[in-house]
Amino acid sequence: MGVKLKALLKSPWVFHMATGSCNNCDIEILDCLTPRFDVERLGILLAGSIKHADILLVTGSGNRQSMERVKRLYEQVPKPCLVVAIGECALSRGIFIDSYNCPLPIDKVIPVDVYIPGCPPRPEAIIAGIAKLIEKVKSKA
Amino acid sequence: MSALIFLIIFGFALTSILGLVASGIDRKVTARVQYRVGPPLWQPFIDIIKLLGKENLIPSGASKLAFLGAPLVGFASVVLVATLLWKNNLTPAQTLGGDLIVVLYLLVIPAISLMMGGFASKNPLASVGASREMKLILSYEIPFSLAVLVPVIKAGFLIRLGELINFQAQNGAVAGNLSGFIALGVALLCVQAKLGLVPFDISEAETEIVGGPLIEYSGAPLALFRLMKNMLLFVLPFFLIIVFMGGFKVAGWGLLWSVLKYVGLLVVITVIRNTNPRVRIDQAVRFFWGPVTAFALIAVVLAFLGK
Ligand code: SF4
Repeated sequence: MGVKLKALLKSPWVFHMATGSCNNCDIEILDCLTPRFDVERLGILLAGSIKHADILLVTGSGNRQSMERVKRLYEQVPKPCLVVAIGECALSRGIFIDSYNCPLPIDKVIPVDVYIPGCPPRPEAIIAGIAKLIEKVKSKA
Repeated sequence: MSALIFLIIFGFALTSILGLVASGIDRKVTARVQYRVGPPLWQPFIDIIKLLGKENLIPSGASKLAFLGAPLVGFASVVLVATLLWKNNLTPAQTLGGDLIVVLYLLVIPAISLMMGGFASKNPLASVGASREMKLILSYEIPFSLAVLVPVIKAGFLIRLGELINFQAQNGAVAGNLSGFIALGVALLCVQAKLGLVPFDISEAETEIVGGPLIEYSGAPLALFRLMKNMLLFVLPFFLIIVFMGGFKVAGWGLLWSVLKYVGLLVVITVIRNTNPRVRIDQAVRFFWGPVTAFALIAVVLAFLGK
């Protein structure tokens, strides 16, 4: 595994992208950053600007308005980058699956590396998901 | 030739390592203050390596030369300052005249480079950040220069850093006097603003203008800006130690005492950053032009009276 990838896995800065979620998943993501769970232990920082991000955390069911933005934002992330879908909505549109406003699940629009189920997933589940993602990238390289 | 080696070893390598370690200590202390475990001490090194390996995006419509040149300019000026300071500190006898003034000028350039990058990136939020940075420079430069005037007056109008160190070696540190102590406090507040740390991180303000001038930067230029900021975290307290606290001795027990001085200043900076909310730009200008400048003037007058 290259130094580049090793460093990326030791300091992944996350960018938080809500595509029309009910906000519960977003609150759980913010929980991970609180002193109780303290993901800065793993080098994870919350990036304010998309240009600083290494991991995109996507929540929400992906409505027509936001899907175009998701695509544009994904193109703006400096590569290499990873995508994590958080919450039932981001996985399969959840309870909004029959909605006129949610034509596609997110992984049909941008490539998703890890799916974290739950409505909303607990912070422990999110951290476990990120840890699994790191393991997966490591074993692939 | 030897000057070049000095520049690379002391100005760049040693200073960047010390700066990154200082930034690691800062993050660790911050985490402990907030009852967290915090990242490992070498996390800033990993961050820099990671950023160097990332893609480098240039926003369309941005001025390429200014956008990519800005981090280089800021970084180069910090390396130069570090070289001058180390040179003065290690061999106080053989330095150029008036280097205090050179250092004061060079210390403004990192902030100017941030402004340059911000305006060049053609992002409205970056422009807001850059204009705030400009106002911040205008506000803290006056008290900072006044505070640095105090040791100069004390030493009988010497403007060579080497002579200031020698003077303090004979007559005790400037910070030991009342005027020197007040000036050190004033300078420390200005350093907080120069470093762009809370409560004066107005130009970067992650939560309102998402990083200000840095918003469009990615990859290597961002790594350079971060390295510059981390080096400043070492260079600015180092400068204060030289002009106010009798230099950074590297031999024998003096080394321990010098490290204690530096860590003391670093912890004060970190604690200020962790116990204060961000102020607005108008509040910052009022603060620096009002009470801080007044204290600096008092210190200058006291220094003239020989206190
Ligand atoms: S998965 Fe559940 S909690 Fe998360 S956004 Fe959807 S409805 Fe809300």
